[in-house]
Amino acid sequence: MTQIEKQYIDLYNAHHGLIEKPCAALLNEARQKAFPLFEALGFPVKSNEDYKYTQVQDYFAPDYGLNLNRLPIPVNPYEVFRCDVPNLSTVLYFMVNDSFYQKESVKPVLPEGVIAGSLNEIAQSHPELISKYYNQIANNEKDGSVAFNTTFVQDGFVLYVPKNVIVERPIQLVNILRGDVDFMVNRRLLIILEDGAQAKLLICDHTMDKVNFLATQVAEIFVGDNAVFDYYELEENSTNTTRVASTYVSQGKNSNTLINGITLHNGKTRNNIHVTLSGEYAEANVIGMAIADQEQHVDNHTYIDHAVPNCHSNELYKYVLNDSATGVFAGRILVRKDAQKTTAFQSNKNICATREAKMYTKPQLEIYADDVKCSHGATVGQLDENALFYLRSRGISAPEARMLLMFAFTHDVIENIRLESLKDRLKHLVEKRFRGELSKCSGCSVCQ
Amino acid sequence: MLEIKNLHANINGKEILRGLNLTVRPGEVHAIMGPNGAGKSTLSSVLAGNPVFDVTEGSVNFYGKDLLALSPEDRSREGLFLSFQYPVEIPGVSMVNFMRAAINEHRKYKGLDPISATDFLKLMREKRDVVELDNKLANRSVNEGFSGGEKKRNEIFQMAMLEPRLSILDETDSGLDIDALRIVSNGVNKLKSADNATIVITHYQRLLDYIKPDFVHVLYKGQIVKSAGPELALELEEKGYDWIKKELGE
Repeated sequence: MTQIEKQYIDLYNAHHGLIEKPCAALLNEARQKAFPLFEALGFPVKSNEDYKYTQVQDYFAPDYGLNLNRLPIPVNPYEVFRCDVPNLSTVLYFMVNDSFYQKESVKPVLPEGVIAGSLNEIAQSHPELISKYYNQIANNEKDGSVAFNTTFVQDGFVLYVPKNVIVERPIQLVNILRGDVDFMVNRRLLIILEDGAQAKLLICDHTMDKVNFLATQVAEIFVGDNAVFDYYELEENSTNTTRVASTYVSQGKNSNTLINGITLHNGKTRNNIHVTLSGEYAEANVIGMAIADQEQHVDNHTYIDHAVPNCHSNELYKYVLNDSATGVFAGRILVRKDAQKTTAFQSNKNICATREAKMYTKPQLEIYADDVKCSHGATVGQLDENALFYLRSRGISAPEARMLLMFAFTHDVIENIRLESLKDRLKHLVEKRFRGELSKCSGCSVCQ
Repeated sequence: MLEIKNLHANINGKEILRGLNLTVRPGEVHAIMGPNGAGKSTLSSVLAGNPVFDVTEGSVNFYGKDLLALSPEDRSREGLFLSFQYPVEIPGVSMVNFMRAAINEHRKYKGLDPISATDFLKLMREKRDVVELDNKLANRSVNEGFSGGEKKRNEIFQMAMLEPRLSILDETDSGLDIDALRIVSNGVNKLKSADNATIVITHYQRLLDYIKPDFVHVLYKGQIVKSAGPELALELEEKGYDWIKKELGE
């Protein structure tokens, strides 16, 4: 344990009553179990192989403000926020820092039985439902940043879709970071799709202010037998924002998921994605992309656990790195001994557009079954000089030609999106990003 | 329009062009023939501005401008067009976006506003017909999954879109079956006018049955060693290059 951990341990010891006071009992029970785990584990450091290129511990060193008193943040997201993904006709929710924003302007219409809203509230109104799932697959025992989140989290977002209910309209959750001083937020997501349920959730991360932010997030996603779930996370945070997120997905028999993570703009980002295929014939599509420049850092760590036979996973990650940006991708696929007839494909392709940009990629397949089809591939390269000359020979300027090629490089990631309107919107955003027109958060009133 | 004087060019320190001279005037069609390794494709690449080649000596004047001082994109905007021997596949860049970007950059260079969506689509349709290019191909990524013949037709389609003053066709006939050869040649002939010129680089006389040259040049060891009328192509087809080598005293 270092001074960095100590400041949080002292904070918890001095103020855990304050943290617990507004919170549901089951959040506090989990908190009490997680705190000693955090004390023992500390924050992840580079000597841990899984964090070799991202010293998460350092991210927690600065002195951040926390809203343990749950004071209302003076902002009306409906007024100030103009989303980058409009016209999706989504059912829209907001989190302002780590508080679910309650004052909905229009009451969203969802199919009967579907529950969406504040984790803290729903944990109190539906304790029997939430206790079955909350903190069940988040790995507090292994990762100190997860135990930290469980220790300090006070609210978050819940989506519950009962058996065989299909939510047609995409649900959108916009995370807004707002603060006058350097600020830390600890968010939690709990998503439950019962057997046969279907839903699409789009999460957009935005920063409103110029101060430093540190956001931790733990998501637990339960996808029942025959359920279909699309999960999109689109990060457009400021360069002063650090994000440490862990997503745990558990899939039942014959279920199908798309876990899509796009880092369009950020400061420092670490995403852990852990998918367990625990029912036969389940399919997971884990797709991601990062566009980074300046000193930005994007680290995606994925782990797909083929625990049972006949499952399929498909993984595709692409990075475009400019300036002195750093990208990290680690893709671990575990095929357990009895998981015969597994098919698992992984691809990670990267462009380092400058000499200073760095990419670290590590495919990692562990296969204990003998009748499987698995493949992986990783490339790091530059833009194709022949293609560049071809475009220029038609009168297209060198910067425009580079832009076209970088945009083309991201094409297959975008094509994997299963929400047409988001696909179109993303093409536009990615193009804007490459043109340097998205160098600040475009969704925020303060930046406009 | 084009005046090449004493052009020398290297790739990786190896001299390929060794003092090449050529003059092309509006309305003319020039054929450049020659054995493998003579420098035919190097000439087209150097004229188009491929940065892989270093020009070490000589000058190229294009409509009063120093062509060698221009970037590849400015050469295109000035009206030079190269039909590539091996057109590049660019997955993810749609033909439509590619052509719109090219057209608009050409327009910007001339001080014109970007083309309207309606006019652009109309232009695409019109020019597609020149080389009987399938609408489906125009909606795909640039050259991706195109057959050899489709790629070459796509080159001529781009030529039709950009309306160059000088077109260089680098072995446009290679990999074409007889029907595709006819379509491509017809396309080139339809685009011909008294104001533009064409340089046809080819190994075979066959293409010259369709695209009639005014002049035929033999490129050998980085120089033009013989120039004559269209009859020279027939003679080369019949006799090969050995007699020229003999004439040169080799």
